[in-house]
Amino acid sequence: MSIATERYKTAAAADDFSIVKARHPGRWISAAVIVFIGLLLLRSVVSNPNFGWATVGMYIRDVSIVRGIAITLELTAICMVIGIVLGVVLAVMRISANPVVRTASFAYISFFRGTPVLVQLLFWYNLAALYPSITLGIPGVDLDANAIITPLTAAILGLGLNQAAYMSEIVRAGILSVEHGQSEAAGALGINRLQTMRRVILPQAMRVIIPPTGNETIGMLKTTALVSVISVPELLYSAQIIYARNFETIPLLMVASIWYIVVTSILGVGQFYLERHYAKGGQRSLPPTPWQQLKRFVRVHDPLSAKGAKK
Amino acid sequence: MSATIMEATTTAKALEPMIMANAIRKNYGRLEVLKGIDLQVGRGEVVCLIGPSGSGKSTLLRCINHLETIDGGRMWVDGSVMGYDLKGTKLHEQSHARICRSRVEIGMVFQHFNLFPHMNVLENLIEAPRLVLKEKRSTATARALQLLDSVGLADKAKSFPRQLSGGQQQRVAIARALCMRPKVMLFDEPTSALDPELVGEVLKVMKDLAATGMTMVVVTHEMNFARDVADRVVFMADGHVVEQGPAKEVIGNPQHERTRAFLASVR
Ligand SMILES: Nc1ncnc2c1ncn2[C@@H]1O[C@H](COP(=O)(O)OP(=O)(O)OP(=O)(O)O)[C@@H](O)[C@H]1O
Ligand SMILES: [Mg+2]
Repeated sequence: MSIATERYKTAAAADDFSIVKARHPGRWISAAVIVFIGLLLLRSVVSNPNFGWATVGMYIRDVSIVRGIAITLELTAICMVIGIVLGVVLAVMRISANPVVRTASFAYISFFRGTPVLVQLLFWYNLAALYPSITLGIPGVDLDANAIITPLTAAILGLGLNQAAYMSEIVRAGILSVEHGQSEAAGALGINRLQTMRRVILPQAMRVIIPPTGNETIGMLKTTALVSVISVPELLYSAQIIYARNFETIPLLMVASIWYIVVTSILGVGQFYLERHYAKGGQRSLPPTPWQQLKRFVRVHDPLSAKGAKK
Repeated sequence: MSATIMEATTTAKALEPMIMANAIRKNYGRLEVLKGIDLQVGRGEVVCLIGPSGSGKSTLLRCINHLETIDGGRMWVDGSVMGYDLKGTKLHEQSHARICRSRVEIGMVFQHFNLFPHMNVLENLIEAPRLVLKEKRSTATARALQLLDSVGLADKAKSFPRQLSGGQQQRVAIARALCMRPKVMLFDEPTSALDPELVGEVLKVMKDLAATGMTMVVVTHEMNFARDVADRVVFMADGHVVEQGPAKEVIGNPQHERTRAFLASVR
């Protein structure tokens, strides 16, 4: 012990030690390997003429491609709204006191989660074959299914109704995450069940609901590519139409992919800030924004501050 | 003539108890939690419920405002059967909406406060008056601020529950219940979740409330509060009322062995 104390004293006396940073050879080697592989990939992407970068450049802002993006975004928004609204309804039904209501919700969810969404889309698209006229059981109502079920409505129905099944599970998890005492307190104040759900439970469930809903939105954006099979002119289908004409398949798929990446990245940034917003009031400190991370990185690696540091 | 009849009925009402529990039974599955409870609480009376853990105190309290359905007996609150309409000789089960309306008359304060964390203090207070009593925002706000002042929290109207101490949260919860102008207040261990130094401020608010003539049923382990404030103490064990009487007698001179053992254990 006394030796240790001596050592400590000498150390404290000379406070002008310079710091020799630990070396991490493993990190350098792995970084070098990854950079090397990256360069190889990049070289092949740039030099392989089959990518047809000139063609990509030509079509990336093509009118029909841009229109395709608009339809993709529109479809995503409409289907997510349907999914969320219907999802909340299904989630509330799922925890209802009425067993028939509960079972109906369960059956809906099982059906839509249990069948491939591609099959559902084809079903909706071919609804006229199943029900040539839609009467809804109301006398006087006789609608022509062929006129109503356009490719776009089939796409909206197929994706929206399917999404509702997934959203309802997310919403249900959110509702169950709210402490039981909350609905008891509301009940004791004479607030009825519906108002309790709307004013007390759902707002608190949001924190649990928002993050997976962001993921679902990004997933939905990509799933909309499926509706190209029922010839809705969204992003992928627009690209397909062009390459059916000029046979530049790969460049046009690159065009579509680039746009999907751009849009999902933007949505990802939006999701980050939305989650951050709803994390407020939680106990833990908020995750740093990229800007804060950059500032921290500069602060730590700033050569001037490193020189000035005497630790 | 009619004036005398009116007078007679009002006196009759004034004499009848605020809460009358007749042979209340309650079970969870096979577990019988309340085994025939008889209890009366007069108007303006303060009754403390004491008893060992698991004896059914919370359950009984929650049967009063129908947060729990009962499996036998009748719960009368303010002259009507809780959860049922008495028509002739038949009891008709009430709709959820009717039960909600009866609950307005019965305020409840929970052990863990159960404030709404996403609303600030003022919003917590005016939520139910606006939704249930359809009060205007201005009316509800005025009353809420007045009640906040009376529990000593006038300056916390804009705070969120998480920013308050436990004692402050519980006082907000009391004010929130009072916003509905209840005729009875139920308290389920209102100070059990609090740090010892915060218990006093909540008990003081309850004592002030008792002094205004509010009918109160309080489940508590605070024997000093029971002795000083309660008109009557009811000791429960194993789903039965074992002993009841004036606070000083039950606490100072218990007659039953169970009561004595319990009181010795909480001292
Ligand atoms: N929802 C429930 N389901 C099943 N059993 C329950 C339920 N609520 C309470 N019980 C049981 O009923 C009994 C009485 O519970 P209660 O909460 O009324 O006791 P208590 O006297 O309030 O006890 P404490 O002082 O611990 O709060 C206990 O044995 C408890 O386990
Ligand atoms: Mg209890």
